[in-house]
Amino acid sequence: MTLTTRKFDALIVGAGGAGLRAALQLSNAEARVAVVSKVFPTRSHTVAAQGGVNAALANVLPDSWHWHMFDTVKGSDYLGDQDAIEYMCRAAPKVVYELEHFGVPFSRLEEGNIYQRAFGGQSQHFGKEQAARTCAAADRTGHAILHSLYQQNLRAQTHFFDEYFAIDLIKDDAGHVLGVVAFDILSGEPIAIEAKTTLIATGGAGQIFRTNTNALSNTGDGMAMALRAGVPLEDMEFVQFHPTGIAGRGMLITEGARGEGGFLINDQGERFMERYAPNAKDLASRDVVSRAIAIEVREGRGCGRNKDHALLDLRHLGADTIMKKLPGIREVSMTFLGVDPIEAPIPIFPTCHYSMGGIPTNRDGQVVVPVKDTPEDPVPGLYAAGEAACVSVHGANRLGGNSLLDILVFGRAAANHILDFLKDNRHHRPLHKESVDRALARLARWDRKGEGEAVEPLRRELRKIMEDHCGVFRTAEVMQEGVTRLHDLRERIDNAVIRDHSRTFNTARVEAMELENLMDCAMATIVSALGREESRGAHSRMDFTDRDDERWLRHSLYSLQDDAMDYKPVRTQPVTVESFPPKERVY
Amino acid sequence: MEFSIYRFNPETDSAPYMQDFTLGDDLVEPGMMLLDALLLLKEQDDSLSFRRSCQHGVCGSDGMNINGTNGLACIMPLKDLKTPIVLRPFPGMPVIRDLIVDMDNFYHQYREAEPWLVNDSPEPEVERLQSPEDRDKLDGLYECILCGCCSAACPSYWWNPDRFLGPAALLQAARFIQDSRDEATEERLERLDDAYSLYRCHGIMNCTQVCPKGLNPSKAIGDIRRIMIKRSV
Repeated sequence: MTLTTRKFDALIVGAGGAGLRAALQLSNAEARVAVVSKVFPTRSHTVAAQGGVNAALANVLPDSWHWHMFDTVKGSDYLGDQDAIEYMCRAAPKVVYELEHFGVPFSRLEEGNIYQRAFGGQSQHFGKEQAARTCAAADRTGHAILHSLYQQNLRAQTHFFDEYFAIDLIKDDAGHVLGVVAFDILSGEPIAIEAKTTLIATGGAGQIFRTNTNALSNTGDGMAMALRAGVPLEDMEFVQFHPTGIAGRGMLITEGARGEGGFLINDQGERFMERYAPNAKDLASRDVVSRAIAIEVREGRGCGRNKDHALLDLRHLGADTIMKKLPGIREVSMTFLGVDPIEAPIPIFPTCHYSMGGIPTNRDGQVVVPVKDTPEDPVPGLYAAGEAACVSVHGANRLGGNSLLDILVFGRAAANHILDFLKDNRHHRPLHKESVDRALARLARWDRKGEGEAVEPLRRELRKIMEDHCGVFRTAEVMQEGVTRLHDLRERIDNAVIRDHSRTFNTARVEAMELENLMDCAMATIVSALGREESRGAHSRMDFTDRDDERWLRHSLYSLQDDAMDYKPVRTQPVTVESFPPKERVY
Repeated sequence: MEFSIYRFNPETDSAPYMQDFTLGDDLVEPGMMLLDALLLLKEQDDSLSFRRSCQHGVCGSDGMNINGTNGLACIMPLKDLKTPIVLRPFPGMPVIRDLIVDMDNFYHQYREAEPWLVNDSPEPEVERLQSPEDRDKLDGLYECILCGCCSAACPSYWWNPDRFLGPAALLQAARFIQDSRDEATEERLERLDDAYSLYRCHGIMNCTQVCPKGLNPSKAIGDIRRIMIKRSV
């Protein structure tokens, strides 16, 4: 059988905000660009982002990109790379204005400017009064952005491979990445897509935890592809638990609900955040609020029959504000809980939401790996952006409203660097057969028949292990046991089988390959977490309760080979301004 | 809990058939949605095929025909459904396999509506202004998730899927016609002004009845007609 091959200048894997923003930049520059996505583009998980995108437009309150930078560095618990953070915060107003020009239906202020709301961890004057920096389209900002970007790509005639599943990167012996091997989910047929550059924009891996806000498709496919190609993953121990997932279910209730004035209460009706963050209160950083909720419940002040959650009270906002500014979360709350937030508070609990870690890149989106004495040597032809990447602007904890910003700024920056790369690399390198064959073997592996465990119970077990052994509060002992159980699970996955062996739209096979990807991401997360003996941002160790800048102001790098850990320094030097040195973090 | 589900695998089946499934009562939890049940049924038989992703009604993947009405499985409470729950693929769209339909024509009609903002005036360095009142006109139009429930419930679209754009695409057309920032209103109306693209809508209103986001394509289509009539007089 001959393998179908297609050739493009630039290939993008993933059609969320990062992938589509990059694709648009490339298409507009008349590069031959293809986007591969396992779901139809507007079904990518960017669509579910609610609250908004941060940019210091100063439409509502005074603001500056420098304050935004300070907040982001502080929010990251000083683990973010300050050159990338400066770049992002400076670029933010420009990318938001571009979005508006692309047609995003932002909510508007009286004078017609883009509406901005308060979000957690935002301040004026480097840590003083609350800022209002989050640009919003009601509470459907991700939907508004993703659809507009897709629409602009249609106009620009970007080439889409819809419902194609990327199996693995093609990489030659010299280390150049030459595209991917994928398969058409509809026909089951494999295809090699050759490209001079490949951008991974496949999003996060929230499905490694049982209760999460993520789509079922957020299985860390790109991160796992990078690992298998020998690229380590950076800072995977930092997993954000969003303070307000619907208790027991996980659906997201945007931070914008608190930005509009909502607050959290315990079983006494007490606004407990006043004790944990006297200034910022309910708008402290997400890691701080999530821990506070977990502590309230642990100390017996939880709500409900099982005293296992807190309540988010929006009633005082009034029907008008809720229906105008938060219509989406009202709908979700009514659908999944039968609770109308106009009349009753919403039961919430911290829920796995976002991977701060990912594929290490520089601020041009180039994937960088340690080679001998250089901690950050670019992998030729390989780029990553968005939640799949770790640039690192979020460090140990991401601020709300910075993820939509990250995908736009670095999707765009990666595309600009790709255009430069294409000028110097005009020809395709020869296809690397061994690498293609390896990917095809991974696909064929699921044709195996006979006895074996099924995929779904294994997936459920994986998610339970991660929840029990690598949750909000962590200890060496509990995590070590988790690692042992994951090693066992890894072997069992190797022997698993699916029953459905048909070619046409075989979703069982897709799910099996997603499970393999989840496995690699879960292992990266727990091994990195076990390695980091301090508490910083979202990574909270009960056996190492303090932040330890002396030993741990550095990035973790997990490699698949032997589950090995390595480390590299944090880039504390911004591009043009003074560095923000680590300080005690209070809100 | 009993289910009757449409099955068809083009590789092995000469014709589609309905298959009975049972979900044990011990697995049925309060507050469960239809998608939760389908995921459990897929554990019984991993060849049962359907699309799904976000699980809370924003990605639009899991549209299907549920007890005779189109809807999204992930936001359809099990307790509201009469058993046996009868699941079929969208009517009027070619079936690929089981509950998965070929949506190419649906996406084609979406593109035909040219659903992108056109504004060739010099770009300001900041945002283009839009009054809150003008922005309000987009509410009920921009929230579409392209699930296809509406077009797949529309007899006019079943009959003329190649020439009638269908409610989803027309909702998009309306979204840009109503946008104060868009400069292509004339061209948009011109393109819709034939016997089929728009005017095959007979006001049956199935689209509005089934929309899982509570949108009203029927009204949007009516509004386009009114604008068109105003323009011609």
